[in-house]
Amino acid sequence: MERGSLDRWSIRFMSIIAFLTSLIAIIIAIVLMWKSFPLLQISTIQEIVLGSIWQPLAGGFGFFPFIMGTIWVTLLAMGIAIPLGLFSAIFLAEYSPGHIRESIKPLIDLLAGIPSVLFGLWGILVIVPWVRDTIAPMWGVSTTGYCVLTGGIVLSIMVLPLIISLSDELFRTVPLDIKKASLALGATKWQTVKYVLFRKTYPGLLAAIILGFSRAFGETMAVLMVVGNVAKVPTSVFDPAYPLTALIANNYGEMLSIPLFDSAIMMAALILFIIVVIFNILSKLLLIRIQKAV
Amino acid sequence: MKRKSMEEYFFKILMVVSILIVLGGILSVIFTVVLKGVSALSLSMLIESPHGGYYLGGGGGILNAILGSLYLACGAIILSITLSLPVAMSLHQSTMKSRYVEYIRTSLDIACGIPTIIYGAVVFTIMVFIGARSSLFWGMITVAIFILPIMIRSIDEIMLQTPKKIKIAAFALGSTRTEMLSVVVKQSFPGIVTAILLAFGRGIGDAASILFTAGYSDSLPTSLFEPVATLPLAILFQISSPYPVVQQRAYASGLILLVIVLTASIASRVLSKKFMKYVVK
Repeated sequence: MERGSLDRWSIRFMSIIAFLTSLIAIIIAIVLMWKSFPLLQISTIQEIVLGSIWQPLAGGFGFFPFIMGTIWVTLLAMGIAIPLGLFSAIFLAEYSPGHIRESIKPLIDLLAGIPSVLFGLWGILVIVPWVRDTIAPMWGVSTTGYCVLTGGIVLSIMVLPLIISLSDELFRTVPLDIKKASLALGATKWQTVKYVLFRKTYPGLLAAIILGFSRAFGETMAVLMVVGNVAKVPTSVFDPAYPLTALIANNYGEMLSIPLFDSAIMMAALILFIIVVIFNILSKLLLIRIQKAV
Repeated sequence: MKRKSMEEYFFKILMVVSILIVLGGILSVIFTVVLKGVSALSLSMLIESPHGGYYLGGGGGILNAILGSLYLACGAIILSITLSLPVAMSLHQSTMKSRYVEYIRTSLDIACGIPTIIYGAVVFTIMVFIGARSSLFWGMITVAIFILPIMIRSIDEIMLQTPKKIKIAAFALGSTRTEMLSVVVKQSFPGIVTAILLAFGRGIGDAASILFTAGYSDSLPTSLFEPVATLPLAILFQISSPYPVVQQRAYASGLILLVIVLTASIASRVLSKKFMKYVVK
């Protein structure tokens, strides 16, 4: 074939594949909506989201306990990970000498690559006994150790690398001149961080935190292994919970045997999908705002 | 002491404490998996498939899961390389910042953020719809689909680093767009290798997506359409066993998985450094 037409055809071919891959997210959304539609015909969205009766055999599909399970675990995990991650990132970007930063960064990248099952294993071996034997007795509570707190701790370790590496990079984009100007005016390093760095990077930090949230929402295996999986709204951090992801993972093998059960599981996936997509779009919008500002 | 230096001191301590907690967490994860795994590891774990009554404490090993995971991840990686390179090239060559390219990038970014359990559930639904059974093939497809957006976006970002001069030089020598892209690929090769190996680590470690698409089997698969055992699921099943002997095996399987993932991650560093010498600076 002549060079010119070979070029045209390969470019055309590549852009067709590109178009097809852009459909992945859309196809997922369509399948989820199509499969969860039958459930909407027998009950309203309000009943599904706020109902707390979960009896698939009797046709009771209330997701409230699962949604609350997801929210409890995620909020706890982010409550631990945000301060730890931000302070660590400030330390790495502003305070630590170069060689310490160079040796800590690879460790954090390494952590990001560890499979979630191994975090679950670690949770069962280390955090569960710790919560059961040390933390819970301190508060005068008895628990099996498989509870919201354990899930939150394990999850926080998993989202930390994301928050640390994103915010570390953000802090390093702040021009040295501005920092020096602040220091020259007599501000301490912390004051520079507080009044210059934070002010300059807060949309990006917010984007990083939102990304962390969406990662935490979707995490399945590690949480499923340590959180106890009891379908009841937790009332304290020492209660077991049953997040949406665990509900899907534990049930989609047998979802065909009970009427509407598959539809309910897909509804759980759809709820999760909507939350995660909204969070991702939010963080993308924030990042676009930064790019424009720079 | 002045108030601002007290504040400085206070936050400095807070930062050091945070980084120590983070480091402690990382080391605790790695050391727990390694120490528990080493004490439970034996040769038969590595070279035998499960014998009868394995999950009740009988003899055997998890060769089926080790090989199964490698088959699955390698197949998925090959599939997604063949698809992701053309897509990244296509995104790269549309030099104009059109809305269309932005749409593709955004939808890929959204796909990157979708939890793998949803990929698993959707592919499983499609499998049920067309009457397919869980097998190595469907496991590969699921993993390939969820690492595809990640790979495309990282290769895309790497290609953006290519100096404009090189592209102009390629065009000046009379090359077509496709030939120019091959120069860009060569230039970003170290980054592409890193992206591939990181995606491999992602693929081999994920359990949620293959929970029902790949199935589980105690023997090695002899064809693409048989269920296959995988390491993450082997860990999950063994750790939930009531027998301590079987739980020990979960620790050993965990160590094997960690070693595979770490090897991929270290290899990506070494290889990308090695290929750096072919890059025009």
